[in-house]
Amino acid sequence: MNPLALVGRFVIALLSEIGRIFEFAMKAVPLAFMPPIYGRLIFQQIMRIGYFSLPVVGLTAFFTGGALALQIAVGSEIGAETLVPQIVVLGITRELGPVMAGLMVAGRVSAAIAAELGTMRVTEQIDALVTLATNPFKYLVAPRLIAAVITMPILVGIGDVIGVMGGWVVGVYSLDYNSASYLKNTADFLKIGDVTSGLWKAAVFGFIIALMGCYHGYNSKGGAQGVGAATTNAVVSAAILILAANYMMTSLFFGGGR
Amino acid sequence: MTPKIELKGVAKRFGAKVVLDGVDLSVDPGESLVIIGGSGTGKSVTLKSILGLITPDKGSIKVDGREITRLTGRAREDVNRKFGMLFQAAALFDSLKVWENVAFALIQGRGLGRAEAKEIAIKKLAKVGLGPEVGELSPSELSGGMQKRVGLARAIAAEPEIIFFDEPTTGLDPIMADVINDLIVATVKDMGVTTLSITHDMASARKIADKIAMIYKGKIIWSGRKEDIDNSGNPYVDQFIHGRAEGPIKMELAK
Repeated sequence: MNPLALVGRFVIALLSEIGRIFEFAMKAVPLAFMPPIYGRLIFQQIMRIGYFSLPVVGLTAFFTGGALALQIAVGSEIGAETLVPQIVVLGITRELGPVMAGLMVAGRVSAAIAAELGTMRVTEQIDALVTLATNPFKYLVAPRLIAAVITMPILVGIGDVIGVMGGWVVGVYSLDYNSASYLKNTADFLKIGDVTSGLWKAAVFGFIIALMGCYHGYNSKGGAQGVGAATTNAVVSAAILILAANYMMTSLFFGGGR
Repeated sequence: MTPKIELKGVAKRFGAKVVLDGVDLSVDPGESLVIIGGSGTGKSVTLKSILGLITPDKGSIKVDGREITRLTGRAREDVNRKFGMLFQAAALFDSLKVWENVAFALIQGRGLGRAEAKEIAIKKLAKVGLGPEVGELSPSELSGGMQKRVGLARAIAAEPEIIFFDEPTTGLDPIMADVINDLIVATVKDMGVTTLSITHDMASARKIADKIAMIYKGKIIWSGRKEDIDNSGNPYVDQFIHGRAEGPIKMELAK
């Protein structure tokens, strides 16, 4: 086949997929703000998306903070004792906290949502909702979007604290730094904007995670294999979109580049 | 008399494949119509078009004389409130208990309180021969026949005017199939509702139908009272109701 035609076909497929995702989001988002608000369902999703992701996010943040401290200490012998806490706290709050949490929750939650909605699709449960005069976007998609956007910043806030603690544990117990001056260096160097930029990122990542899970699950077809494909696509596309959105938001918040 | 459901020239294609090629159909109030036909002849697509799960390319679908083909959003929900549907594999919500499934339309659609809705759900379960203890189970704990019964209870819970049955007996043993047929006849006659069913099970069709229509290649090729189906004079119908491999309908098998 003509290689140019292949490129063209790929670009067209990509653009129409982006269009479909956008259309899907535009159908769901307004419904999230319109009554009736299903409080019970939103609470259920907050527990599933947020609360049960805490261990994963906490462990990820702890080890990331620790590794970061170790890496910087090894790389810069002189002045490391002031440098390590500063770089750890900035690295965690601005970049690694939201991104690592985003990727971990994408793996956990996007996959779970896609599998659940995908199974509901192939077993006609979504059709059944429609015949019971219930809008599936309202009943299934909106609560998941709301819950993810609310819980991700909370998760990342907790992850930030644990990540800094990971760096502190390594600094104090492995590198023999002074505990008080480690904490003082951390607090002095940190600005509120470092944390809030990370929390904004977290809210956007939460939206991406729930949207990709819902989109791929809702549109899955073809039985068990289709649900499997939907799950994979949800995780991969959520991870890629999180990394791309992270770059764009970093450049938006902190400038840089041209 | 305005027909309860009326389809005129409904057509639908998926890509190059024509699935519905101008379906004309009419169901009177209180009547039970059964559409028979082989797999892939357009039965399910006809049903899904009426429910609004699929939008036809051409044609008109009316319920109570009102055009509903292209309704969306709230208007669609209002029409669907007249409907109840029993799905082929029951399609119960596996995240909810049995009684919550049955009460779903009451709680979500009508805004009834949970306690009140549960009472009604238990009454509806009793109507299909299931005790209140079943209501506390999860759908995955039920056998296929019980799931179908719960599906029927869910379909009738909100007192619909029209009930759709998608292959109500498929996948059941012959005795359970007949139990379901009896339940359908009993509940339907009891409620005086209009029903539209699709099936390829002739025993079921003969039991639950007032009228039968046969669909082939996306068109209704015969329709009439069920008493007349044995003397239809239509070779396609004869082949189907006697289940013969030889006849005008050729299975497209790759040899």
